[in-house]
Amino acid sequence: MLLAIWVFYAVYFSPTQGWTFFLQLTVDGIILGSIYALIALGYSMVYGILKLLNFAHGDVAMIGAFIGFGVLTLLGGPLSPAIPVVALVACMFVVAMLGSGFLGLAIERFAYRPLRDAPRIAPLISALGVAFFLENSVLLLFGANYRNYDGYDLISYNGIHLGGSAGVFVSYLGVMVITGALLLMVGLVALVRWTRFGKAMRAVSFDREAAAMMGIDPDRVIATTFFVGSALGGAAGVMFGLVYSQIYYLVGFLAGLKGFTAAVVGGIGSIPGAMLGGLLVGLVESWAKGYLNGNVADLVVFGILIGVMLIRPQGLLGTPALQKV
Amino acid sequence: MLKLDGVDTYYGPIHILQKLELEVGSGELVCLLGGNASGKSTTLKTVLGIVKPRSGSVEFDGEDVTGRPTSYRIGKGMAIVPENRRLFAPMSVRENLEMGAYLHGGGTKEDWDRVYTLFPLLHERRAQLAGTLSGGEQQMVAMGRALMSRPKLLLMDEPSMGLAPILVEKNFEIIQQVHESGVAILVVEQNANVSLAIADRGYVLQTGRVVLSGPAAELLRHEDLRKAYLGR
Repeated sequence: MLLAIWVFYAVYFSPTQGWTFFLQLTVDGIILGSIYALIALGYSMVYGILKLLNFAHGDVAMIGAFIGFGVLTLLGGPLSPAIPVVALVACMFVVAMLGSGFLGLAIERFAYRPLRDAPRIAPLISALGVAFFLENSVLLLFGANYRNYDGYDLISYNGIHLGGSAGVFVSYLGVMVITGALLLMVGLVALVRWTRFGKAMRAVSFDREAAAMMGIDPDRVIATTFFVGSALGGAAGVMFGLVYSQIYYLVGFLAGLKGFTAAVVGGIGSIPGAMLGGLLVGLVESWAKGYLNGNVADLVVFGILIGVMLIRPQGLLGTPALQKV
Repeated sequence: MLKLDGVDTYYGPIHILQKLELEVGSGELVCLLGGNASGKSTTLKTVLGIVKPRSGSVEFDGEDVTGRPTSYRIGKGMAIVPENRRLFAPMSVRENLEMGAYLHGGGTKEDWDRVYTLFPLLHERRAQLAGTLSGGEQQMVAMGRALMSRPKLLLMDEPSMGLAPILVEKNFEIIQQVHESGVAILVVEQNANVSLAIADRGYVLQTGRVVLSGPAAELLRHEDLRKAYLGR
Protein backbone atom coordinates (compact mmCIF):
# COMPACT_ATOMS: atom_id res chain seq x y z
CA MET A 1 0.00 0.00 0.00
CA LEU A 2 2.66 2.47 1.10
CA LEU A 3 4.72 1.19 -1.76
CA ALA A 4 1.96 2.01 -4.24
CA ILE A 5 1.57 5.53 -2.87
CA TRP A 6 5.29 6.09 -3.06
CA VAL A 7 5.50 4.85 -6.65
CA PHE A 8 2.55 7.02 -7.67
CA TYR A 9 4.06 10.05 -5.96
CA ALA A 10 7.45 9.42 -7.50
CA VAL A 11 6.07 9.11 -11.00
CA TYR A 12 4.00 12.28 -10.77
CA PHE A 13 6.44 14.56 -9.06
CA SER A 14 9.66 13.13 -10.40
CA PRO A 15 11.95 15.88 -11.63
CA THR A 16 13.13 13.62 -14.43
CA GLN A 17 10.90 11.83 -16.91
CA GLY A 18 7.42 10.44 -16.55
CA TRP A 19 6.12 6.98 -17.30
CA THR A 20 8.89 5.91 -19.67
CA PHE A 21 11.44 6.40 -16.92
CA PHE A 22 9.26 4.51 -14.49
CA LEU A 23 8.76 1.62 -16.91
CA GLN A 24 12.49 1.51 -17.64
CA LEU A 25 13.20 1.21 -13.91
CA THR A 26 10.52 -1.45 -13.66
CA VAL A 27 12.10 -3.53 -16.42
CA ASP A 28 15.51 -3.22 -14.76
CA GLY A 29 13.89 -4.16 -11.47
CA ILE A 30 12.37 -7.30 -12.97
CA ILE A 31 15.79 -8.34 -14.30
CA LEU A 32 17.36 -7.80 -10.89
CA GLY A 33 14.37 -9.40 -9.19
CA SER A 34 14.71 -12.58 -11.28
CA ILE A 35 18.22 -13.02 -9.93
CA TYR A 36 17.17 -12.36 -6.34
CA ALA A 37 14.27 -14.75 -6.72
CA LEU A 38 16.62 -17.57 -7.78
CA ILE A 39 18.81 -16.93 -4.75
CA ALA A 40 15.76 -16.68 -2.48
CA LEU A 41 14.54 -20.09 -3.68
CA GLY A 42 17.70 -21.72 -2.36
CA TYR A 43 17.23 -20.10 1.04
CA SER A 44 13.59 -21.04 1.16
CA MET A 45 13.99 -24.68 0.08
CA VAL A 46 16.68 -25.34 2.65
CA TYR A 47 14.73 -23.53 5.35
CA GLY A 48 11.62 -25.49 4.43
CA ILE A 49 13.30 -28.83 4.91
CA LEU A 50 15.79 -28.17 7.74
CA LYS A 51 14.51 -24.96 9.38
CA LEU A 52 18.05 -23.72 8.82
CA LEU A 53 19.01 -20.28 7.51
CA ASN A 54 21.84 -21.24 5.21
CA PHE A 55 23.86 -18.06 5.35
CA ALA A 56 26.51 -19.60 3.11
CA HIS A 57 24.03 -19.60 0.22
CA GLY A 58 25.02 -16.18 -1.15
CA ASP A 59 28.62 -17.33 -1.29
CA VAL A 60 27.61 -20.49 -3.10
CA ALA A 61 26.12 -18.16 -5.73
CA MET A 62 29.41 -16.23 -5.74
CA ILE A 63 31.31 -19.48 -6.40
CA GLY A 64 28.86 -20.14 -9.23
CA ALA A 65 29.74 -16.73 -10.67
CA PHE A 66 33.45 -17.58 -10.50
CA ILE A 67 32.93 -20.99 -12.11
CA GLY A 68 31.01 -19.26 -14.92
CA PHE A 69 33.85 -16.79 -15.24
CA GLY A 70 36.33 -19.67 -15.42
CA VAL A 71 34.38 -21.29 -18.26
CA LEU A 72 34.15 -17.95 -20.07
CA THR A 73 37.91 -17.40 -19.79
CA LEU A 74 38.78 -20.96 -20.81
CA LEU A 75 36.63 -20.66 -23.90
CA GLY A 76 38.23 -17.47 -25.18
CA GLY A 77 36.65 -14.67 -23.14
CA PRO A 78 33.77 -12.37 -24.04
CA LEU A 79 35.46 -10.65 -27.01
CA SER A 80 36.68 -13.69 -28.90
CA PRO A 81 34.62 -16.71 -27.83
CA ALA A 82 35.92 -20.01 -29.19
CA ILE A 83 32.44 -21.44 -29.67
CA PRO A 84 29.13 -19.81 -30.62
CA VAL A 85 27.88 -17.43 -27.96
CA VAL A 86 24.69 -19.39 -27.28
CA ALA A 87 26.68 -22.56 -26.64
CA LEU A 88 29.19 -20.67 -24.51
CA VAL A 89 26.54 -19.11 -22.29
CA ALA A 90 24.78 -22.47 -21.98
CA CYS A 91 28.11 -24.04 -20.96
CA MET A 92 28.69 -21.35 -18.34
CA PHE A 93 25.29 -21.98 -16.81
CA VAL A 94 25.49 -25.77 -16.85
CA VAL A 95 29.00 -25.96 -15.38
CA ALA A 96 28.28 -23.27 -12.77
CA MET A 97 25.05 -24.96 -11.72
CA LEU A 98 26.68 -28.37 -11.44
CA GLY A 99 29.67 -26.94 -9.58
CA SER A 100 27.51 -25.01 -7.13
CA GLY A 101 25.22 -27.99 -6.73
CA PHE A 102 28.07 -30.29 -5.73
CA LEU A 103 29.45 -27.58 -3.47
CA GLY A 104 26.05 -27.43 -1.77
CA LEU A 105 26.13 -31.22 -1.33
CA ALA A 106 29.56 -31.02 0.27
CA ILE A 107 28.53 -28.18 2.59
CA GLU A 108 25.49 -30.12 3.74
CA ARG A 109 27.48 -33.30 4.26
CA PHE A 110 30.36 -31.81 6.22
CA ALA A 111 29.03 -28.64 7.85
CA TYR A 112 25.35 -29.32 8.58
CA ARG A 113 24.65 -33.04 8.73
CA PRO A 114 26.91 -33.66 11.74
CA LEU A 115 24.91 -30.95 13.54
CA ARG A 116 21.49 -32.28 12.52
CA ASP A 117 20.42 -33.03 16.10
CA ALA A 118 22.29 -30.16 17.73
CA PRO A 119 20.47 -27.04 18.99
CA ARG A 120 19.44 -24.83 16.09
CA ILE A 121 22.00 -22.15 16.84
CA ALA A 122 24.88 -24.57 16.09
CA PRO A 123 24.24 -25.13 12.35
CA LEU A 124 23.54 -21.40 12.01
CA ILE A 125 27.01 -20.59 13.30
CA SER A 126 28.39 -23.36 11.11
CA ALA A 127 26.69 -21.66 8.14
CA LEU A 128 28.38 -18.35 8.91
CA GLY A 129 31.67 -20.23 9.19
CA VAL A 130 31.14 -21.79 5.76
CA ALA A 131 30.35 -18.33 4.33
CA PHE A 132 33.65 -16.91 5.60
CA PHE A 133 35.47 -20.04 4.50
CA LEU A 134 34.19 -19.68 0.93
CA GLU A 135 34.84 -15.93 0.73
CA ASN A 136 38.37 -16.24 2.02
CA SER A 137 39.15 -19.28 -0.11
CA VAL A 138 38.26 -17.27 -3.21
CA LEU A 139 40.25 -14.30 -1.90
CA LEU A 140 43.25 -16.57 -1.43
CA LEU A 141 42.93 -18.28 -4.81
CA PHE A 142 41.93 -15.37 -7.02
CA GLY A 143 42.87 -12.26 -5.07
CA ALA A 144 40.73 -9.25 -4.22
CA ASN A 145 40.61 -7.89 -7.78
CA TYR A 146 37.43 -7.39 -9.71
CA ARG A 147 37.13 -9.79 -12.62
CA ASN A 148 35.66 -8.55 -15.86
CA TYR A 149 32.67 -10.62 -16.83
CA ASP A 150 31.52 -8.42 -19.71
CA GLY A 151 28.17 -9.97 -20.32
CA TYR A 152 27.18 -7.12 -22.62
CA ASP A 153 30.21 -7.67 -24.84
CA LEU A 154 29.35 -11.32 -24.94
CA ILE A 155 25.64 -11.20 -25.59
CA SER A 156 25.60 -7.80 -27.37
CA TYR A 157 24.65 -4.30 -26.31
CA ASN A 158 21.57 -4.41 -28.47
CA GLY A 159 18.12 -5.20 -27.36
CA ILE A 160 14.48 -4.47 -27.88
CA HIS A 161 13.05 -0.96 -27.85
CA LEU A 162 9.48 -1.01 -26.66
CA GLY A 163 7.51 1.97 -27.91
CA GLY A 164 10.01 3.53 -30.31
CA SER A 165 13.62 4.56 -29.83
CA ALA A 166 12.71 6.89 -26.97
CA GLY A 167 10.77 4.11 -25.24
CA VAL A 168 11.77 1.41 -22.82
CA PHE A 169 14.93 -0.51 -23.63
CA VAL A 170 15.34 -4.18 -22.78
CA SER A 171 18.78 -5.54 -23.57
CA TYR A 172 19.10 -9.05 -25.01
CA LEU A 173 21.01 -9.88 -21.86
CA GLY A 174 18.00 -8.79 -19.80
CA VAL A 175 15.70 -10.89 -21.96
CA MET A 176 18.01 -13.84 -21.46
CA VAL A 177 18.14 -13.40 -17.67
CA ILE A 178 14.37 -13.08 -17.32
CA THR A 179 13.64 -16.05 -19.59
CA GLY A 180 16.35 -18.16 -17.98
CA ALA A 181 15.11 -17.44 -14.47
CA LEU A 182 11.53 -18.07 -15.51
CA LEU A 183 12.41 -21.44 -17.06
CA LEU A 184 14.33 -22.51 -13.96
CA MET A 185 11.44 -21.51 -11.72
CA VAL A 186 8.85 -23.32 -13.82
CA GLY A 187 11.15 -26.35 -13.79
CA LEU A 188 11.47 -26.16 -10.02
CA VAL A 189 7.74 -25.87 -9.45
CA ALA A 190 7.15 -28.87 -11.73
CA LEU A 191 9.87 -30.80 -9.91
CA VAL A 192 8.39 -30.11 -6.48
CA ARG A 193 4.81 -30.67 -7.51
CA TRP A 194 4.94 -33.71 -9.73
CA THR A 195 8.09 -35.75 -9.31
CA ARG A 196 8.78 -38.49 -6.81
CA PHE A 197 11.62 -36.43 -5.36
CA GLY A 198 9.45 -33.33 -5.06
CA LYS A 199 6.75 -35.17 -3.17
CA ALA A 200 9.32 -36.80 -0.92
CA MET A 201 10.81 -33.36 -0.31
CA ARG A 202 7.46 -31.97 0.79
CA ALA A 203 6.86 -35.03 2.98
CA VAL A 204 10.27 -34.69 4.67
CA SER A 205 9.72 -30.93 5.16
CA PHE A 206 6.45 -31.57 6.91
CA ASP A 207 7.40 -34.54 9.09
CA ARG A 208 10.84 -36.09 8.74
CA GLU A 209 10.19 -39.11 10.93
CA ALA A 210 6.86 -39.96 9.30
CA ALA A 211 8.59 -39.73 5.91
CA ALA A 212 11.25 -42.14 7.14
CA MET A 213 8.46 -44.51 8.18
CA MET A 214 7.36 -44.58 4.52
CA GLY A 215 10.80 -45.77 3.49
CA ILE A 216 11.98 -42.35 2.32
CA ASP A 217 15.64 -41.75 3.21
CA PRO A 218 15.56 -38.20 4.66
CA ASP A 219 19.33 -37.76 4.34
CA ARG A 220 19.15 -38.32 0.60
CA VAL A 221 16.18 -36.01 0.17
CA ILE A 222 17.88 -33.27 2.19
CA ALA A 223 21.09 -33.67 0.20
CA THR A 224 19.19 -33.46 -3.10
CA THR A 225 17.41 -30.35 -1.86
CA PHE A 226 20.78 -28.73 -1.19
CA PHE A 227 21.95 -29.71 -4.65
CA VAL A 228 18.93 -28.19 -6.37
CA GLY A 229 18.91 -25.02 -4.26
CA SER A 230 22.64 -24.47 -4.70
CA ALA A 231 22.43 -25.07 -8.45
CA LEU A 232 19.78 -22.33 -8.68
CA GLY A 233 22.14 -20.12 -6.67
CA GLY A 234 24.95 -20.91 -9.12
CA ALA A 235 22.75 -19.88 -12.05
CA ALA A 236 21.90 -16.66 -10.22
CA GLY A 237 25.63 -16.04 -9.69
CA VAL A 238 26.34 -16.27 -13.41
CA MET A 239 23.41 -13.96 -14.19
CA PHE A 240 24.67 -11.51 -11.60
CA GLY A 241 28.11 -11.51 -13.20
CA LEU A 242 26.68 -11.01 -16.69
CA VAL A 243 24.41 -8.14 -15.64
CA TYR A 244 26.92 -6.27 -13.46
CA SER A 245 29.87 -7.07 -15.77
CA GLN A 246 32.19 -7.75 -12.89
CA ILE A 247 32.59 -10.00 -9.89
CA TYR A 248 34.84 -10.22 -6.85
CA TYR A 249 35.04 -12.41 -3.79
CA LEU A 250 32.42 -10.51 -1.77
CA VAL A 251 29.62 -10.26 -4.36
CA GLY A 252 27.87 -13.14 -2.63
CA PHE A 253 27.48 -11.21 0.58
CA LEU A 254 25.12 -8.47 -0.53
CA ALA A 255 23.42 -10.56 -3.21
CA GLY A 256 22.89 -13.28 -0.61
CA LEU A 257 21.49 -10.80 1.87
CA LYS A 258 19.04 -9.48 -0.74
CA GLY A 259 18.05 -13.03 -1.65
CA PHE A 260 17.53 -13.76 2.02
CA THR A 261 15.43 -10.59 2.37
CA ALA A 262 13.38 -11.70 -0.63
CA ALA A 263 12.81 -15.14 0.90
CA VAL A 264 11.73 -13.69 4.25
CA VAL A 265 9.52 -10.97 2.75
CA GLY A 266 7.80 -13.55 0.54
CA GLY A 267 7.43 -16.01 3.41
CA ILE A 268 10.38 -18.27 4.08
CA GLY A 269 9.72 -21.90 3.21
CA SER A 270 7.27 -20.92 0.48
CA ILE A 271 8.39 -21.33 -3.12
CA PRO A 272 5.93 -18.86 -4.70
CA GLY A 273 6.77 -16.55 -1.80
CA ALA A 274 10.46 -16.60 -2.71
CA MET A 275 9.62 -15.70 -6.32
CA LEU A 276 7.31 -12.86 -5.30
CA GLY A 277 9.78 -11.61 -2.69
CA GLY A 278 12.63 -11.63 -5.21
CA LEU A 279 10.62 -9.63 -7.71
CA LEU A 280 9.57 -7.15 -5.04
CA VAL A 281 13.10 -6.60 -3.74
CA GLY A 282 14.38 -6.13 -7.30
CA LEU A 283 11.67 -3.62 -8.16
CA VAL A 284 12.04 -1.63 -4.95
CA GLU A 285 15.80 -1.51 -5.36
CA SER A 286 15.51 -0.32 -8.95
CA TRP A 287 12.86 2.32 -8.19
CA ALA A 288 14.82 3.58 -5.21
CA LYS A 289 17.95 3.86 -7.33
CA GLY A 290 16.05 5.82 -9.95
CA TYR A 291 14.00 8.15 -7.81
CA LEU A 292 16.14 8.56 -4.72
CA ASN A 293 19.73 7.59 -5.26
CA GLY A 294 21.95 4.53 -5.43
CA ASN A 295 23.21 4.88 -1.89
CA VAL A 296 19.87 4.67 -0.17
CA ALA A 297 18.51 1.82 -2.32
CA ASP A 298 19.76 -0.83 0.09
CA LEU A 299 18.39 1.17 3.00
CA VAL A 300 14.94 1.10 1.43
CA VAL A 301 15.19 -2.64 0.67
CA PHE A 302 16.15 -3.58 4.21
CA GLY A 303 13.67 -1.06 5.59
CA ILE A 304 10.96 -2.98 3.77
CA LEU A 305 12.26 -6.20 5.32
CA ILE A 306 11.81 -4.71 8.79
CA GLY A 307 8.42 -3.28 7.87
CA VAL A 308 7.09 -6.60 6.58
CA MET A 309 8.44 -8.41 9.64
CA LEU A 310 6.59 -6.01 11.92
CA ILE A 311 3.27 -6.18 10.09
CA ARG A 312 3.31 -9.75 8.78
CA PRO A 313 6.03 -11.81 10.47
CA GLN A 314 5.26 -14.92 8.42
CA GLY A 315 5.95 -13.03 5.17
CA LEU A 316 3.56 -12.20 2.36
CA LEU A 317 2.76 -15.76 1.25
CA GLY A 318 3.91 -17.65 4.33
CA THR A 319 1.65 -19.48 6.71
CA PRO A 320 1.88 -18.56 10.39
CA ALA A 321 3.98 -21.02 12.33
CA LEU A 322 1.77 -23.42 14.25
CA GLN A 323 3.17 -25.12 17.26
CA LYS A 324 2.97 -28.85 16.65
CA VAL A 325 1.51 -30.63 19.68
CA MET B 1 7.96 -63.28 10.18
CA LEU B 2 9.24 -60.97 12.95
CA LYS B 3 11.41 -61.94 15.88
CA LEU B 4 12.93 -59.72 18.56
CA ASP B 5 15.58 -61.57 20.52
CA GLY B 6 16.94 -60.15 23.79
CA VAL B 7 16.49 -56.55 22.66
CA ASP B 8 17.84 -53.76 24.90
CA THR B 9 17.05 -50.22 23.79
CA TYR B 10 18.22 -47.04 25.48
CA TYR B 11 17.31 -43.37 25.14
CA GLY B 12 20.53 -41.83 26.35
CA PRO B 13 21.15 -43.34 29.77
CA ILE B 14 17.56 -44.52 30.19
CA HIS B 15 17.04 -48.22 29.70
CA ILE B 16 13.71 -48.51 27.86
CA LEU B 17 13.38 -52.05 26.51
CA GLN B 18 14.87 -54.74 28.70
CA LYS B 19 15.71 -58.11 27.16
CA LEU B 20 12.57 -57.96 25.06
CA GLU B 21 11.48 -61.19 23.40
CA LEU B 22 8.67 -60.94 20.89
CA GLU B 23 7.54 -62.92 17.89
CA VAL B 24 4.97 -62.50 15.16
CA GLY B 25 4.36 -65.55 12.97
CA SER B 26 3.52 -65.17 9.31
CA GLY B 27 -0.13 -64.25 8.86
CA GLU B 28 -0.56 -63.87 12.59
CA LEU B 29 -2.33 -61.00 14.38
CA VAL B 30 -0.48 -60.17 17.57
CA CYS B 31 -1.28 -57.39 19.99
CA LEU B 32 1.11 -55.69 22.33
CA LEU B 33 -0.60 -54.20 25.35
CA GLY B 34 0.78 -51.76 27.85
CA GLY B 35 0.10 -48.53 29.65
CA ASN B 36 1.83 -45.20 29.19
CA ALA B 37 5.62 -45.34 29.14
CA SER B 38 5.65 -49.12 29.03
CA GLY B 39 7.83 -49.12 25.92
CA LYS B 40 5.19 -49.93 23.30
CA SER B 41 6.12 -47.20 20.86
CA THR B 42 9.82 -47.80 21.41
CA THR B 43 9.26 -51.45 20.51
CA LEU B 44 7.78 -50.37 17.16
CA LYS B 45 10.57 -47.89 16.58
CA THR B 46 13.10 -50.63 17.25
CA VAL B 47 11.32 -52.96 14.85
CA LEU B 48 11.42 -50.23 12.18
CA GLY B 49 15.02 -49.29 12.91
CA ILE B 50 14.25 -45.69 13.86
CA VAL B 51 15.99 -46.42 17.15
CA LYS B 52 18.77 -48.98 17.24
CA PRO B 53 18.97 -51.52 20.07
CA ARG B 54 22.18 -51.58 22.09
CA SER B 55 22.08 -55.35 22.15
CA GLY B 56 19.88 -58.14 20.86
CA SER B 57 18.64 -58.75 17.34
CA VAL B 58 15.68 -57.99 15.11
CA GLU B 59 14.89 -60.66 12.57
CA PHE B 60 12.43 -60.05 9.76
CA ASP B 61 11.32 -62.47 7.09
CA GLY B 62 14.18 -64.84 7.77
CA GLU B 63 16.89 -62.19 7.79
CA ASP B 64 18.72 -60.38 10.58
CA VAL B 65 17.90 -56.72 9.91
CA THR B 66 19.31 -55.29 13.17
CA GLY B 67 21.89 -53.13 11.41
CA ARG B 68 19.71 -52.23 8.43
CA PRO B 69 18.20 -48.76 7.90
CA THR B 70 14.47 -48.10 8.05
CA SER B 71 14.13 -47.79 4.28
CA TYR B 72 15.58 -51.29 3.81
CA ARG B 73 13.06 -52.78 6.23
CA ILE B 74 10.15 -50.96 4.58
CA GLY B 75 11.36 -52.19 1.20
CA LYS B 76 11.49 -55.72 2.56
CA GLY B 77 7.82 -55.58 3.51
CA MET B 78 7.16 -53.68 6.72
CA ALA B 79 4.63 -50.87 6.88
CA ILE B 80 3.34 -48.78 9.72
CA VAL B 81 0.23 -46.87 10.66
CA PRO B 82 1.89 -44.47 13.12
CA GLU B 83 0.48 -43.13 16.35
CA ASN B 84 -1.69 -40.07 15.65
CA ARG B 85 -1.59 -41.13 11.99
CA ARG B 86 1.15 -38.62 11.07
CA LEU B 87 -0.34 -37.79 7.67
CA PHE B 88 1.34 -35.26 5.42
CA ALA B 89 -1.30 -32.61 6.07
CA PRO B 90 -0.43 -30.14 3.29
CA MET B 91 -0.42 -32.90 0.65
CA SER B 92 -3.43 -34.42 -1.09
CA VAL B 93 -4.90 -37.79 -0.16
CA ARG B 94 -3.53 -39.19 -3.40
CA GLU B 95 -0.03 -37.92 -2.67
CA ASN B 96 -0.18 -39.34 0.84
CA LEU B 97 -1.06 -42.77 -0.55
CA GLU B 98 1.70 -42.41 -3.10
CA MET B 99 4.22 -41.83 -0.30
CA GLY B 100 3.20 -45.20 1.12
CA ALA B 101 4.33 -46.79 -2.12
CA TYR B 102 7.45 -44.63 -2.31
CA LEU B 103 9.79 -47.60 -2.61
CA HIS B 104 7.57 -49.20 -5.25
CA GLY B 105 7.69 -46.21 -7.57
CA GLY B 106 4.35 -44.76 -6.47
CA GLY B 107 2.24 -47.90 -6.68
CA THR B 108 0.91 -50.10 -9.45
CA LYS B 109 -2.66 -50.07 -10.68
CA GLU B 110 -3.42 -53.11 -8.50
CA ASP B 111 -2.17 -51.26 -5.40
CA TRP B 112 -4.44 -48.31 -6.12
CA ASP B 113 -7.40 -50.56 -6.91
CA ARG B 114 -6.91 -52.57 -3.73
CA VAL B 115 -6.79 -49.48 -1.50
CA TYR B 116 -9.63 -47.67 -3.26
CA THR B 117 -11.81 -50.81 -3.08
CA LEU B 118 -11.17 -51.10 0.64
CA PHE B 119 -11.78 -47.36 1.15
CA PRO B 120 -14.02 -46.03 -1.64
CA LEU B 121 -14.23 -42.71 0.21
CA LEU B 122 -10.53 -42.10 -0.37
CA HIS B 123 -11.08 -42.26 -4.10
CA GLU B 124 -13.78 -39.62 -3.77
CA ARG B 125 -11.51 -37.41 -1.66
CA ARG B 126 -8.28 -38.08 -3.53
CA ALA B 127 -7.64 -34.45 -4.46
CA GLN B 128 -8.44 -33.08 -1.00
CA LEU B 129 -5.65 -32.07 1.38
CA ALA B 130 -5.16 -34.73 4.03
CA GLY B 131 -5.10 -32.16 6.83
CA THR B 132 -8.67 -31.10 6.08
CA LEU B 133 -10.17 -34.58 6.59
CA SER B 134 -12.02 -35.74 9.70
CA GLY B 135 -10.32 -38.04 12.21
CA GLY B 136 -11.99 -41.17 10.86
CA GLU B 137 -11.12 -40.29 7.27
CA GLN B 138 -7.54 -39.57 8.26
CA GLN B 139 -7.35 -43.02 9.83
CA MET B 140 -8.40 -44.49 6.48
CA VAL B 141 -5.67 -42.54 4.70
CA ALA B 142 -3.08 -43.74 7.21
CA MET B 143 -4.24 -47.33 6.76
CA GLY B 144 -4.40 -47.02 2.97
CA ARG B 145 -0.97 -45.43 2.90
CA ALA B 146 0.49 -48.38 4.79
CA LEU B 147 -1.26 -50.88 2.51
CA MET B 148 0.08 -49.19 -0.63
CA SER B 149 3.46 -50.78 0.03
CA ARG B 150 2.07 -54.35 -0.14
CA PRO B 151 3.25 -55.14 3.39
CA LYS B 152 3.96 -58.61 4.73
CA LEU B 153 3.94 -57.18 8.24
CA LEU B 154 1.72 -54.29 9.21
CA LEU B 155 2.60 -52.38 12.38
CA MET B 156 -0.16 -50.37 14.03
CA ASP B 157 0.60 -47.88 16.77
CA GLU B 158 -2.49 -47.17 18.89
CA PRO B 159 -5.09 -47.30 16.11
CA SER B 160 -7.93 -46.59 18.55
CA MET B 161 -6.41 -43.41 19.94
CA GLY B 162 -8.42 -40.24 19.46
CA LEU B 163 -11.25 -41.96 17.62
CA ALA B 164 -14.93 -42.15 18.56
CA PRO B 165 -15.97 -45.63 19.83
CA ILE B 166 -17.94 -46.38 16.69
CA LEU B 167 -14.92 -45.58 14.54
CA VAL B 168 -12.68 -47.72 16.74
CA GLU B 169 -14.94 -50.68 16.07
CA LYS B 170 -14.96 -49.97 12.33
CA ASN B 171 -11.20 -49.61 12.38
CA PHE B 172 -10.71 -53.00 13.99
CA GLU B 173 -13.07 -54.56 11.47
CA ILE B 174 -10.76 -53.28 8.75
CA ILE B 175 -7.69 -54.54 10.62
CA GLN B 176 -9.31 -57.96 10.75
CA GLN B 177 -10.13 -57.76 7.06
CA VAL B 178 -6.51 -56.98 6.22
CA HIS B 179 -5.42 -59.79 8.51
CA GLU B 180 -7.69 -62.23 6.69
CA SER B 181 -6.03 -61.31 3.41
CA GLY B 182 -2.86 -62.89 4.81
CA VAL B 183 -0.93 -59.94 6.22
CA ALA B 184 0.79 -60.40 9.58
CA ILE B 185 -0.13 -57.60 11.97
CA LEU B 186 1.38 -56.28 15.17
CA VAL B 187 -1.05 -53.96 16.97
CA VAL B 188 0.17 -51.83 19.82
CA GLU B 189 -2.73 -50.78 22.02
CA GLN B 190 -3.90 -49.54 25.38
CA ASN B 191 -7.39 -50.71 24.58
CA ALA B 192 -7.11 -54.37 25.59
CA ASN B 193 -10.73 -55.29 24.96
CA VAL B 194 -11.05 -54.53 21.26
CA SER B 195 -7.55 -55.63 20.33
CA LEU B 196 -7.61 -58.97 22.15
CA ALA B 197 -11.01 -59.70 20.62
CA ILE B 198 -9.48 -59.95 17.15
CA ALA B 199 -5.89 -60.98 17.98
CA ASP B 200 -4.42 -64.49 17.86
CA ARG B 201 -1.88 -63.84 20.58
CA GLY B 202 -0.95 -61.01 22.91
CA TYR B 203 1.91 -59.65 24.97
CA VAL B 204 1.66 -57.36 27.97
CA LEU B 205 4.47 -54.89 28.42
CA GLN B 206 5.35 -53.14 31.65
CA THR B 207 8.32 -50.75 32.00
CA GLY B 208 10.05 -52.32 29.04
CA ARG B 209 9.56 -55.97 29.99
CA VAL B 210 7.12 -58.59 28.83
CA VAL B 211 5.21 -59.54 31.95
CA LEU B 212 2.55 -61.68 30.36
CA SER B 213 2.03 -63.42 27.04
CA GLY B 214 -0.15 -66.07 25.51
CA PRO B 215 -3.13 -66.75 23.25
CA ALA B 216 -5.56 -63.84 23.15
CA ALA B 217 -8.46 -65.85 24.52
CA GLU B 218 -6.39 -66.82 27.54
CA LEU B 219 -5.24 -63.29 28.19
CA LEU B 220 -8.81 -62.05 28.06
CA ARG B 221 -9.63 -64.37 30.96
CA HIS B 222 -6.45 -63.65 32.86
CA GLU B 223 -7.06 -62.30 36.35
CA ASP B 224 -4.19 -59.74 36.49
CA LEU B 225 -4.85 -58.39 33.05
CA ARG B 226 -8.52 -57.91 33.75
CA LYS B 227 -7.69 -55.98 36.86
CA ALA B 228 -5.09 -53.83 35.16
CA TYR B 229 -6.73 -53.13 31.81
CA LEU B 230 -10.32 -54.14 31.66
CA GLY B 231 -11.45 -52.64 34.92
CA ARG B 232 -13.46 -55.69 35.96
